[in-house]
Amino acid sequence: MLVWRCVGHTVVLSLRSFSSWECCFELISLALFLALSLALPLAQEKQYVGFATLPNQVHRKSVKKGFDFTLMVAGESGMGKSTLVNSLFLTDLYKDRKLLNAEERINQTVEIIKHTVDIEEKGVKLKLTIVDTPGFGDAVNNNECWKPITDYIDQQFEQYFRDESGLNRKNIQDNRVHCCLYFIPPFGHGLRPVDVEFMKALHEKVNVVPLIAKADCLTPSEIKKLKDRVRDEIERFGIKVYQFPECDSDEDEEFKQLDKELKECCPFAVIGSNTVVEARGQRVRGRLYPWGIVEVENQSHCDFVKLRNILIRSHMHDLKDVTCDMHYENYRAQCIQDMTSKLTQDNRMESPIPMLPLPTPDVETDRLIKMKDEELARMQDMLNKMQQQIHDGKDQ
Amino acid sequence: MEERGMEEVKPLAGTIKGHDLFGYVGIEAVLDQMRRKTMKAGFEFNIMVVGQSGLGKSTLVNTLFKSKVSRKSCSPNYEEKISKTVKLQSVSHVIEEKGVKMKLTVIDTPGFGDQINNENCWEPIVSYVNEQYERYLKEELYVNRKPRIPDTRVHCCVYFLPATGHWLRPIDVEFMKRLGKIVSIVPIIAKADTLTMEERQEFKQRIRQDLKANGIRVYPQTEYDEDPEDRILNDKIRENIPFAVVGTDKEHQVNGNKVLGRKTKWGIIEVENVAHCEFTNLRDLLIRSHLQDLKDVTHNIHYETFRVRRLNESNLTVHGLALSCFPMENGTHGTNGTSDRSESESHL
Repeated sequence: MLVWRCVGHTVVLSLRSFSSWECCFELISLALFLALSLALPLAQEKQYVGFATLPNQVHRKSVKKGFDFTLMVAGESGMGKSTLVNSLFLTDLYKDRKLLNAEERINQTVEIIKHTVDIEEKGVKLKLTIVDTPGFGDAVNNNECWKPITDYIDQQFEQYFRDESGLNRKNIQDNRVHCCLYFIPPFGHGLRPVDVEFMKALHEKVNVVPLIAKADCLTPSEIKKLKDRVRDEIERFGIKVYQFPECDSDEDEEFKQLDKELKECCPFAVIGSNTVVEARGQRVRGRLYPWGIVEVENQSHCDFVKLRNILIRSHMHDLKDVTCDMHYENYRAQCIQDMTSKLTQDNRMESPIPMLPLPTPDVETDRLIKMKDEELARMQDMLNKMQQQIHDGKDQ
Repeated sequence: MEERGMEEVKPLAGTIKGHDLFGYVGIEAVLDQMRRKTMKAGFEFNIMVVGQSGLGKSTLVNTLFKSKVSRKSCSPNYEEKISKTVKLQSVSHVIEEKGVKMKLTVIDTPGFGDQINNENCWEPIVSYVNEQYERYLKEELYVNRKPRIPDTRVHCCVYFLPATGHWLRPIDVEFMKRLGKIVSIVPIIAKADTLTMEERQEFKQRIRQDLKANGIRVYPQTEYDEDPEDRILNDKIRENIPFAVVGTDKEHQVNGNKVLGRKTKWGIIEVENVAHCEFTNLRDLLIRSHLQDLKDVTHNIHYETFRVRRLNESNLTVHGLALSCFPMENGTHGTNGTSDRSESESHL
């Protein structure tokens, strides 16, 4: 068998083992390859190898597989979270929502509600999960009202951790929260204590994107003042909100300029709308007031378009990557560390990292692990035997 | 002429029947006399504004009284610090219009509802209100009373609801329940330029339902309507509460006129335009039509309730009359029992 590797322009051949007819075939194709490579300029050589089509292959596969994205929205009631989600994804996720009355609300605690919707556009499927947090910040005493939310995020990480370390990894469901939109009320003069505490509790677990909600009650100068205030306070309190990745240096100037503008716009002042109104001869999503019409998709009215671009069109994948590479890995490292310290305390196992990490090893699961280990060993043996057989069969 | 008029009147068991006068008596001149006196003396009005920071309380007060009565917390060099406890600050100004002087006191409540844990954030406010009643009561009970007792009682409490568009929050319900019993509350929807007309109507309806469900009575209360005329007037007001207001002190040009408004990219919100917001309704209610009524309700109803309760508690009534246990001179203290009682007032 001839193995050839293309390293730059050189082709490295190495002979492994051969049977006569195989060898002939290989030599012929090699000859052809060399002939063609000499005839054409070097730059086109890559095309002919064909791995430049890899992005297309990935693209095709992902289109078939589809994407999933989990978005969490958090903020007090009445900030326009549901309206914004509907506007972003052009769906109506909250059709059957019932608003509670006064008595029911007095004893309300923070709940976590998931809505899943499958969206398809031009053949690309997106499984969108919206995690809503009704009751956040609504009570008189809001101490630790973010605890149910942090618990939920940790739960999803733990679930994924177990699935990843498990035996059957074919159909892992990724329910980890990729992005959390936090709605800051426009009424205040900056961040309130509850805003600061919430963002600090979550900034190491999820990508926090702060937004200024209901921006149609602010004039442009007020928006600017509020944004400056919020940015200062975010820096002052050391809150690590989601940072947009730096542009590659080989991008063109226009793109870099857009990117710069985007970064300066954070936090985004957004307006959402469930209704379509007639403005300037067109039907647009907007809000109708006696003094004018607010258009949601008008860049001079609000930053909705920028938010949508960030979230969906340019940074969705980056958000997922940061979740996987940073937040989840932090969680995992922390988890394993905790387990290790517990195990060394118990003095049970010699190797620091167990095969199947479980929070508290007990007798039953130990037995199961042992069984599975033996099964694995048996299967491995069988595989080796089969390989040997094929190998032997070929040689003859 | 006066004699003839009086001859005809026959008193019947304490009631005097009204009678047609044969000529011009001049009774209505009394009104002029009263007006002249009160103009010389001036009016006092104490208004309290309660709400979370940033809802536009100071701006609204400035807009209402068309003067810089309240220091705005968004002035350029002002560092807004969210105070840890609710501290009441009262600022007094004397403003004059057409010869009528008014001593306006604005009581601000920074720190209300701003913390994470807002339990009992209404207590400082409740004790402040009761303290003012207490002060007035003391003055009233002196043997030698001042001709005009300085009135620091809170005549009106304007409560700012954020324009969430959904419902009353638990903190709103708790506050209004407690304070509705001791002071006239006027709830308003602050920064209402974020609600469309339909949303505004729905929000108001839901608020009214919530208020009814919780037994909260806001000004104008139905029980205090004196006659059918009042009732009709007040019903109209009641259908519209809470008023959706927008406040500003900046002026812009609209159609050649200078109007108070907020300029945004999609239009100018005119504060005094009834089609845009209900600021004029609020102003008319508070100043032009019901200012005296607010004072009367405070004096006749809220203060009296407080007084009766206090006097019964401290057993100061003798034969059903409130007689002072305080000595002859003003200023020197009487029984110490009453000053201890004031602590128990704060738990309503």
